[in-house]
Amino acid sequence: MAMAASDIEHLIKEALPDAKVEISDLAGDGDHYAATVVSEQFRGKNRVQQHQMVYAALKGRMGGELHALALQTSAPE
Amino acid sequence: MTDPVHAGIQAAIDDNDVVLFMKGTASMPQCGFSSRVAGILTYMGVTYKDVNVLMDDALREGIKSFSDWPTIPQLYVKGEFVGGCDIVTEMTLSGELDQLLETSGVAFDKDAAAKIREANG
Repeated sequence: MAMAASDIEHLIKEALPDAKVEISDLAGDGDHYAATVVSEQFRGKNRVQQHQMVYAALKGRMGGELHALALQTSAPE
Repeated sequence: MTDPVHAGIQAAIDDNDVVLFMKGTASMPQCGFSSRVAGILTYMGVTYKDVNVLMDDALREGIKSFSDWPTIPQLYVKGEFVGGCDIVTEMTLSGELDQLLETSGVAFDKDAAAKIREANG
């Protein structure tokens, strides 16, 4: 079971339409990705809350279909 | 009626200043992400309770609903969820973990923390 980077980006942008998303495939197996997500909706939220918003966007795939997603989140500078 | 698994988790984080829910144990981690966080805490001389979620499927799932966090490891300091591997790594490199431990009154080796940052440029 794996996911395409484009699917991850699509899901994140569906939930966070303004987000700038950069995804890199860490292991080439569709299971280990790193993603940088920048969105105004993160402003005022701590890291845990920001990451939880991204996990919610992935609708339960995190930790199942998607084994690892190294996340870097922030509001625009 | 509180979920017994959640009650057990609550008890663990109430009874220990620092708790790491992980795959494997501090001395025998069984996942790269768990191993990294356990390694950071051990290197920084933090006394912590390691809880091996692989020993109990109900716990392995229950911890995720408890914190609304889908992955393992999960670090708790003074009953508060701090984060998983990414966040703890980021906090270690930025010095935020040092501040959190200090404000929480948890002993750790400041020099070791500085060495981690030096090593990671």
